[in-house]
Formats: sequence, C-alpha cells, structure tokens
Amino acid sequence: MASETAPLLSRAAEAVYWMARYIERAENVARFIDVNLHLQLDLPLEPNHEWQPLIDTSGDAAIFRERQGEAKKANVIKFLVWDTNNLNSISSCLRAARENARSIREIISTEMWEQVNSMHLKVQSQRALSESERLAEFLRGFRLGCHMFEGITDSTMSYNEAWHFLRLGRQLERADKTSRILDVKYFMLLPSANSIGTPYDDIHWSAVLKSVSGFEMYRKKHGRIAPRSIVDFLVLDREFPRAIRHCLRVADESLHTITGTPMGSCQYPSERALAPLRAELDYTSVQTIIGHGLHEYLDGLQARMNAIDDALACDFFASSLTSQPAMAGGAP
Amino acid sequence: MNLRSYQTDGFYDEVFHAKGEARPEARLLLEKIESLEEGELLRCQRAAETILLQMGITFNVYGDSAGTERIFPFDLIPRIVRAEEWDWVERGLKQRIHALNEFIDDIYHDQKILKDKIIPEEIVKSAAFYRPQCHGINPPGRVWVHITGTDLVRHSDGQIYVLEDNLRVPSGVSYVLENRDLMKRTFPKVFAGLHVRPVDIYPSKLLETLEAIAPLRAADNPTVVLLTPGMYNSAYFEHSFLAQRMGIQLVEGRDLAVQDGLVCMRTTKGLRRVDVIYRRIDDDFLDPQAFRPDSLLGVPGLLDVYRAGHVSLANAPGNGVADDKVVYSYVPDMIRYYEGADAILPNVPTFLCWKDTDRQHVLQNLDKLVVKSANEAGGYGMLVGPHSTAAQRKEFAAKINENPRNYIAQPTLSLSRVPTLVEDQLEGRHVDLRPYILYGKEIYVLPGGLTRVALRKGSLVVNSSQGGGSKDTWVLAPVPQEGAVNGQ
Repeated sequence: MASETAPLLSRAAEAVYWMARYIERAENVARFIDVNLHLQLDLPLEPNHEWQPLIDTSGDAAIFRERQGEAKKANVIKFLVWDTNNLNSISSCLRAARENARSIREIISTEMWEQVNSMHLKVQSQRALSESERLAEFLRGFRLGCHMFEGITDSTMSYNEAWHFLRLGRQLERADKTSRILDVKYFMLLPSANSIGTPYDDIHWSAVLKSVSGFEMYRKKHGRIAPRSIVDFLVLDREFPRAIRHCLRVADESLHTITGTPMGSCQYPSERALAPLRAELDYTSVQTIIGHGLHEYLDGLQARMNAIDDALACDFFASSLTSQPAMAGGAP
Repeated sequence: MNLRSYQTDGFYDEVFHAKGEARPEARLLLEKIESLEEGELLRCQRAAETILLQMGITFNVYGDSAGTERIFPFDLIPRIVRAEEWDWVERGLKQRIHALNEFIDDIYHDQKILKDKIIPEEIVKSAAFYRPQCHGINPPGRVWVHITGTDLVRHSDGQIYVLEDNLRVPSGVSYVLENRDLMKRTFPKVFAGLHVRPVDIYPSKLLETLEAIAPLRAADNPTVVLLTPGMYNSAYFEHSFLAQRMGIQLVEGRDLAVQDGLVCMRTTKGLRRVDVIYRRIDDDFLDPQAFRPDSLLGVPGLLDVYRAGHVSLANAPGNGVADDKVVYSYVPDMIRYYEGADAILPNVPTFLCWKDTDRQHVLQNLDKLVVKSANEAGGYGMLVGPHSTAAQRKEFAAKINENPRNYIAQPTLSLSRVPTLVEDQLEGRHVDLRPYILYGKEIYVLPGGLTRVALRKGSLVVNSSQGGGSKDTWVLAPVPQEGAVNGQ
C-alpha cells in the first residue's frame, strides 16, 4: 500500500485541525469558568461583575449582550457551557469536535474517537447543570477528559501529517486563548498596574495564572506576583506550554514538518505569516510590549494569528474547492 | 438461567428441535447459558449496549431530524451454523455469484442469454438498475460483482433459500466484525470449547480483492480509496470502519476530480492519482455526466476514466441489473445456462405479476402472499399478506394492475427463530442471514455473516430501519470426530 507516503486529503487536514481547535477551545472555556467559580468564593463582595470578563474573553460579548443582557453568573454559565446556539460553548465545541472526528475516523485512532465520543455523550447527559459544586466537579472532569484526549492522541497516533495538522490547530487555539485572557484581565486591572498591589490584586493576578494552569510554574520562575512578570511569562516564556511564544514555536515546527520546508525558510504563505511572528517573539522584550501598550500588542497578535489561520485554509484546505464543511468554524 | 419455559411455538428453531431438545451444535452453548446466574445475561446485554454507544457504533436514521443516530440493537445469543451446513452454503454461494457475474458480463456484451431466450429481453432492459451506459465495458478480470451480501432465510421446512442477492452496495459487514468483538468483550466465557471460525480476516481479504482489480499500470502499488456519500449517510459508520481497518483513505465525491484522464484526490500536496475506488454510493450518484445530472455526490467524468481502464470500481456500475426481483426469479435458469448445473441454493418460489396467470393468482391470494416491489430494499414497498389490512391489499392490487412489471409475490415464509433476550427471559425471534462474498481473483465466502433479528414479537421484518437488531453468527469449524450427518 502507498498509504504511508500518500498525503492527507485536504478535507481530512481541515477536519483534524478543527477537531483539535474545538477541543482546545472547550478546555479553555472550562478552565476559565472553574477559576472564576473559585475567585468568586474569595471575593464575596463582588457578586456579579466578575462574570463579564469571561464573556469578553470568549470574544462573543456582542452576541451575549444582545441575547442575555447583563452578565450574571447563571446566564454566563448557561451561555458558555450549555448553550447550543452559542457556537463557542463547551457543548457546541464538543459537538463540532466530534462531528469533525467522525468525518476522519479512519485517520485518527479508535481510542481518540472513543474519547471524543464519550466526552460528547457526557456533556449531553449533564445538560443544564447549574449548581456550583456539581458544576465545578463536572468542569474538572471535563478538563481531565481533554487532557486525556491529548495524551491518547500523542500516544496512539503516528506523528504523521495529520498529527501535525492536529498539533497546529491545538497550538494556535491555545496561543489565541492565552492572549485573550491576558488582554481582558490586564485591561480590567490596569488602573492598579503601577500601584503597590493590594491583596485583592494578588488574588486577581493569581487567577489569571490559574486560568492557564500557570500559577505553580510562574512561582518557580518569577516568585512574586507582579503584572510585568506575568506578561513576560504568558507571552514570552520559552518553556511554559501555554505561553504564546512556546505555542507558536511548536506550531511553526509542525507547519515546517508538513510542508517539508527547512526551518528558517519559507515557501508557503502560511509559513510567511507564522515565521516572522515567531521570530519577533524570540527577540522582543516585555518592556517593548508594555511600552507599545499591551492591549494594542495583543490585539495585533490576534489579528496576525487569524491571518495564519486564513493562510492555512488557502494553502492546504481550499483545494477541496467547495464551501467550508458545515462544522468548520472561524476563530471567535 | 432456566430455559425450561422456552417455547418453539411450532417454528423452526435454530437452537432447539421441535420437541424442545437442543440441537447438537448448540448443546455446549446452552449448557453455558444455563449455568449463568440469574440476571447475568441481562447485565452482559446492558454492558454491550453501553459499549456500542461509547464506541459510537451507530447508524443515522433517515427521515429523522438531521444527525439523529441510533445504535443497531445487538442481541447476545448467537446464531450457530454447523460446519457441514456452512460448507453447503458456501458452495451454493460460490456457484451463484459466479453465474450472476457471467450473466452481467453477458448482458453488457453479447447478450447470449437473451438471444437464447432463457430470460425475456424486455425484463432485463426494463430493470430499474440496468445501465446501457455500461455496454462494452471490460472490468479487470471481467468481474462485476466484487462484494455481495446475499440474504438467506430458513423456512419451516428446514430448507435455506436465497431471498435477495444484493449485488450493488451491500452493507452490514462492519456489524459482523463488531458483533464478534462485542461478544468477546462482554461474554467471553461462552467461546471456550467451541470452535467458532474467526471473521477478523475480512478487511485483509477485502483489501486483497480491491488490489487485485487495480489497473495494470498500478498493479504493484495501487492507491485504493473508499468513496462514501458522507457522514450523514446511514452506513457512514461502516464506511469509516472499513477504511480504517484496511488503512485506506475515506473520500467523498468532492475530494475527487478527473484530470488528464485520471481520477485524482485533492490532498494537501495537490492532486494524487487514485487507482481503485471501493464505492459505497449508488450508480446514479457516481458521475453526473454519465448518470443523474442533478447528483452532487459524484465525480464528473468518472465513468469515462473507468471505461478507459484507468480506474477500477468495485462494485462495477450496472451490476444492479441482476438485483431486480423479477430477474432474480431467473437465477436458477442462469445457473443452468452458465454453469451447466442445477442451483445448489434454491430460490424462494416467485410469482411474476407481468405474467397474466401469475398475476391472477397473486391478486386472488393477496392475504396469503408477500408482495414486493421489484427494486426496493430495506423492507420498503412491501405487503405482508397475512399481516395486512383490507385497505392495504386494495392499494397493492391497484399498484399491481397499474404496473405489473414492477411487482412479484412470494409465499409468506415462516422464518426460522433463534432464542433472543427479551427483558430477562429468552424468547424465539425470527432471523435471516447475510453472508458476505468477495470476488477479486477468485471467490471467497466469509465464514460468518450478519444475522438480523426481528425484535418485535411475531414480526418478520428484520431491517434495521424497521425494528430489527443483529446477532453474532458462529460458523463452527469442522470437528472430525463429531460425525454429524449432512442434512441438506
């Protein structure tokens, strides 16, 4: 059989890429909510305004405002976890991930398929859970399920072209989500960025780190909670798996493996979009970023990551020549 | 578990003789079932259902809101086929498939069988799946029926009959493999001591069959793909399952294109040549230029490439001419004509409504017969006389008079039964059997098949779309010292 060397179908490449993005997206939403549920317990005096940033992070603030009005705990959770009309809710993401997985069952391993399928079934069966304790437990279980999926993927699937597309999707989504949580929280806490931290600031900044599972690793590296160091850690760290720089480095590796272009040179438009961004992160400093304005910087970063996504679609997925498959979405 | 209350109710039972005594081949299985604790069988059954759902082994329901998936119900009690009987079934199927293939090749070339007036020409040419576009095509090895799933039933006389040939795009083989896996996972203890022939070899045999029909220039390293209508098709699970087990690409029509006289697939590295297509879409949707112009599923120009011999298709387009139920009634004549022998496996006696005498008989006996439309499958377009209302019979009488060519009738068969778990008891339910036959270089019959079971009490309709389920099918390996008598 020629299958070891046969390149991937464009449609399959797109499906595996989106499957990974959707699972990563769902996991991030679950983590953000979980952290917020904890935060709420520490900050009993601020009952509701803590939920708006979650909506802002999701990128669906306008839709939310139109459909739900003011952000309160109950409607935010419903919107982000269960709402099937919200394409970026956990429930919708899982459905889309499963649909994509189903269309490429012969590409992924049976173990991966069963994991996505059982996560989907679980989300469906837990519908409309709202009580905090049970929700927190569900979200923890869900995140564990996502980690399992990642582990199963990396230990049952050959590191072939499809796997690299999967990793590309996962890393780009992860970088995007880290940039969003940082952007939203930084904006909110900005007034106190230069003042001496109050205990509450400390709690808020810790929550940002916990939102990307980065609290412990940050402590080991930087010790004291300081906004500047946190920006440094989440954007420019070489080693932390959710740092934007790290994510883009891994994405770049996968992209070059897919194209066969030697590292450091570019052949496809998608490579030309990704490589300079990666290099920039290698050479910039946190001073430059903050001097430039963090919000503007992150905004630019997100725009450029969207451009990478568009370029990937042109370079690899578009040869399917038809409109996008029903379940492929755009970045939020 | 106590089996003493089990009733055969006067039907042929695959496990018990009429007097309630176990058939020899089922004795060991029954002993094991009897030794189970109360409730154990039901627990295994529930576990199996959970596994099916978790594994996502589902089919899509047509006419239901998009995306509705259901599991195909599975029953734990297997159907057992003894070695000698299987040997006879296998010989019969090989003979039949060979003759059918000769027939199709003849129809699309010299039409000797029509010239010799063995089968009326107008019957063949009016068959819904006759495709004049296929005249003169020479598929590799002159094989037109690569994958067949023949439906067999056993009547109360103990005789096995061929009910349908299913030459076009037969489905269900994935359930044969999955049912066996499921049995091993949930009910392993029943296998010990029984020589059940394995079915896992099917994907390898199928791949071998597909590679064997590759165009000559690609013969040593052909690229084989499976063409599916997409994931909303009811058999999508099977398509992805077979592609995965064979390690081949699963493609949709939109993934393929014809360029420079070759069929290619669109990949991340541009177009790549495809040599063999195991197509799981009907003729009509293969190529809008050759067949239905409104089809969105197909690949424009595919049939030209196929005709030129630059791509192979399994099954060959046009082979459905022999799936017509009127043509079916002539299969014993075909076997005599092409093989010079009588059919080993008998047909169900069939009345052809286009013949005046047959039609009179059918119309007078609608309440006793099963009337079928000549070209529908899945249990649709059918009247089961004894279970019908006067209004339904009137409706069918009108249909028959309006288009006699399109209707046949058969005696209502009393399908054999197999004990089936109903709540926590075993009750007899009617079954059929679909073995799978591959034809590449030679004809191969998988030792096993899909046993479909009508789960509704008294029902004779085994189709998954109409309340049917399935069972594992155990073909026993020959055991020399057993010395059983060949009953057929």
